[in-house]
Amino acid sequence: MTDEPAFDFIRDSLDHCVKCTICETACPVANATPLFPGPKYVGPQAERFRTPGSSDDGSLDYCSGCGICSQACPQGVHVAEINSRARATMKQQRRMPLRDHLLSRPSVEGRLATPVAPLANFVLSNRIFRVLAERTLGIHRSAPLPTFAGRTFQRWARRHRPAAAEREVVYFHGCSANYFQPELAEMTVAVLEHNGFRVLVPPQDCCGLPLQSNGIFDTARSYVRRLVGNLAPYARAGNQIVATSTSCGLMLKREAREILGIEDDDLRVVSEQTYDICEFLADLDAAGQLRTDFRAVPMTVTYHAPCQQQGHGIGKPALDLLALIPELKVIELDRACCGIAGTYGIKREKYDIAMKVGQGLFDDITSSAADLSVCDSETCRWQITHATGRPSVHPVEVLHRAYGL
Amino acid sequence: MTSAAISSASAAGQPAPAGRADGRIDCDVLVIGGGSTGAGVARDAAMRGFSTVLVERADMATGTTGRFHGLLHSGGRYVVKDPKAAQECIGENIILRRIADDCIEDTGGLFVTTPIDDPGYADRFIQGCKATGIEVQEIGVAEALRREPRLNPRISRALVVPDATVDAWKMVWSCVRSATQYGATVLPYHEVISVIRDGSRVAGAVVRGPGGELRIRAEVVINAAGAWAGKIAAMAGCEVKVRPGKGIMVATNHRLVNTVVNRCEMPADGDILVPIRTVSVIGTTDTLVDDPDDWPISRQEIDEMLTAGENLVPGFRESRTLRVWGGVRPLFQDEGPAETRDVTRAHAVLDHRARDGVEAFLTITGGKFCTYRLMAQDAVDAACGVLGTSRPCRTADEPLPDSGEQKFYRIGSRLAGRERTLHDEQLICECELVRRGALEEAIARRGAASLDDIRRALRLGMGPCQGGFCTYRATGILHQATNLSAAEANRALLEFLQERWKGLHPLLHGDQLRQAWLDDWIFQGVLDVEHLPLAEQERARV
Ligand SMILES: Cc1cc2nc3c(=O)[nH]c(=O)nc-3n(C[C@H](O)[C@H](O)[C@H](O)COP(=O)(O)OP(=O)(O)OC[C@H]3O[C@@H](n4cnc5c(N)ncnc54)[C@H](O)[C@@H]3O)c2cc1C
Repeated sequence: MTDEPAFDFIRDSLDHCVKCTICETACPVANATPLFPGPKYVGPQAERFRTPGSSDDGSLDYCSGCGICSQACPQGVHVAEINSRARATMKQQRRMPLRDHLLSRPSVEGRLATPVAPLANFVLSNRIFRVLAERTLGIHRSAPLPTFAGRTFQRWARRHRPAAAEREVVYFHGCSANYFQPELAEMTVAVLEHNGFRVLVPPQDCCGLPLQSNGIFDTARSYVRRLVGNLAPYARAGNQIVATSTSCGLMLKREAREILGIEDDDLRVVSEQTYDICEFLADLDAAGQLRTDFRAVPMTVTYHAPCQQQGHGIGKPALDLLALIPELKVIELDRACCGIAGTYGIKREKYDIAMKVGQGLFDDITSSAADLSVCDSETCRWQITHATGRPSVHPVEVLHRAYGL
Repeated sequence: MTSAAISSASAAGQPAPAGRADGRIDCDVLVIGGGSTGAGVARDAAMRGFSTVLVERADMATGTTGRFHGLLHSGGRYVVKDPKAAQECIGENIILRRIADDCIEDTGGLFVTTPIDDPGYADRFIQGCKATGIEVQEIGVAEALRREPRLNPRISRALVVPDATVDAWKMVWSCVRSATQYGATVLPYHEVISVIRDGSRVAGAVVRGPGGELRIRAEVVINAAGAWAGKIAAMAGCEVKVRPGKGIMVATNHRLVNTVVNRCEMPADGDILVPIRTVSVIGTTDTLVDDPDDWPISRQEIDEMLTAGENLVPGFRESRTLRVWGGVRPLFQDEGPAETRDVTRAHAVLDHRARDGVEAFLTITGGKFCTYRLMAQDAVDAACGVLGTSRPCRTADEPLPDSGEQKFYRIGSRLAGRERTLHDEQLICECELVRRGALEEAIARRGAASLDDIRRALRLGMGPCQGGFCTYRATGILHQATNLSAAEANRALLEFLQERWKGLHPLLHGDQLRQAWLDDWIFQGVLDVEHLPLAEQERARV
């Protein structure tokens, strides 16, 4: 059984391309390096020269998968999605570096490293190890890597005893909040409980996104199928599912279908019920159901909407939420991408490109008077902190603080 | 000698055969018509050691050969109706795969029983294949859909045969290169205006080329003018009934299938979808026309093609279509039925001595693209008879230039090749990945002032934007590389746009219409091409 849909609407969308070149002017990677021939070239143009199982342009690997081309295209060409699929084909044809396998399995690493977190963190931040890792694995020595928390959110959630509540919501926390930043997940639970929800945390593993962006589609498919299998009963029962990882939420909302080509009922019902956390809270607010007992937070923060967040097509609900907080001054940054694009900027050959892509954003942040930079996506927060030296938090962390929880 | 001829010879790295200053050439064999047949005849004759001249009124392969469907038949199409043609096809299919692999993509072919087909035909088809020696294998519907996911899921049977696709321009030019390597003179843009008679003998022809008229005297003249063969024969005072059978085809913007897909049924209209280069082509029709140079394409015919495509690949109608074009089959008919599909697709060599009492004049007609080599062999065998010698044909064994290594071309090779020059070379035609270097080389090789001639060599302007983004770039480079005046360069630009527009406008809709508006905005809005300076007489021509 293959997962390729019979009627391939992603590939067929290349028919809409009129070669206007808007995607090329919007592409942050093509603007940063000549190594990437640009989204029009590798997307609708090169796709005409590809047959199933063959993809002849190695330069396509320089696409970061940020998805800005698809957003910018006035004709509706699914440029980034075409590229992702072609990359998967290419990786199947060539031998894939061990690195890409390693970077693609955060939940495996999380399970292994959590019990030995201090050691793992020491190794990951050790200069000698990092130089070795660069030479042997191709992970850039300076690239921002997360630290293991040494505990998991899942474990916390199992022991957590919530107060009685009338409404329920399902929380899809993703690997990052589970292994690297459980406090974000706990704050999310607190914010939701504060608003009268009982938060259900079904068992969950990786959504397969890093596998997908590294072109390992088969394994990615089995991960996402397993995940939607766990979430589907809740979705069928009418529960909404919220996600604090924008890119993993996007995987459930549309990439599993559009890039991995999965067509099944579990995925359909889960994707219909999945919301980004800020989208969910802003909707509550619009319905007059969000508690607004915020304390004043007399700070200045910058806000960067990551490209993956923009891929949701929901505007910037974080801005609406932050605007509810008294005395908080928010500077909206009008930059497309920080460069990291998941695991892209971690790779030796792409680190410099990623840093260059994000340079404008970093400059905006460092030249601002902000105390904190707010951003929805974890890998972008790591990259921003790495490049600017300034702390970066998820919007929920600011809400949590404003609620005084 | 004209620049056109010199260039075709120098392409092979050989000195150009010198023409006579007095506008005369003498040779053993004069071949009229530069399609697949004529090019094949010229190669064969030159390889047998005859001094050979080929004349073509326009560029090579601009007759039916450059306007065909792209199919290297396995013969499957004819097994029930015309086993003789089927046998010729499979024989030549095997030979061409050996000697012309650089011109062939080994797509394979499928014959599928669609909901509108007689389910019983498949059994007759299998029997026919076995009888004519065509390898055939039935596969399950699920397997067929796995191989070609866009196929109509309601097909009931699927049969695999060794169909392939073939690049006509590449094949003809390979024959030309080979022929010139063997000493032949090839003269594109030389039109036969009269046939020289010497009593009961044909002794050559008068041709008009860019440099004026040329008298070519030959020991034997081979008329390979395809659908125009009747007109040439008439010039020699002979009657040949070649009925032009028009067929139209529509190309989609990208490949919908990667295998040649045929309806498993008696040959009918719109029953084959051919993946050739970057596009899929649905075709074709068959209507008798009076004049091979003047026939219309109706909206109804186009609509029939789209419906036929929909039957093979649901969603075809929504797919972007690039253009429509047509060609005229040379259907040889001595005496017989008037329906063109009933005329045999096998070929015939006519020796006009026996038929009309005219000596040293042969007509080779009928046949198909994929049987061009065999047609050439038969024609040159007959010419040997006329010349009273016997020299063996070697074209079945000696590969064409660049072929002979069993390396069929792949659709992805241009993309792979582009990787090597990604950073140092400009892309001129983005759709078909034509590099600046390739364009400059083609301009130099052809010495051509026509972008359309370059198009056939490189596929310039044949992709989605149909020249919208490459025409002005290519014109600039043409102007720089040749000694064209500004007015002549402008004319080249306008002619190319005009030629592209011809195939576009009859079916403009949907995505292609949007593209046309953008292109129009570029050429009219930004470049104001309507008011480009042209010489007075030029303006009248465009
Ligand atoms: C719609 C259609 C689809 C087809 N599809 C296929 C297919 O898929 N596979 C296949 O094998 N076959 C196919 N065929 C058949 C095939 O294309 C033809 O049989 C073949 O190309 C004929 O080649 P030719 O050289 O005989 O004729 P042409 O290519 O027409 O060559 C004759 C040449 O003579 C030249 N000429 C005419 N008058 C003069 C003159 N006075 N002086 C000098 N030159 C002159 C013309 O310009 C022309 O170039 C198809 C035909 C049609 C119409």
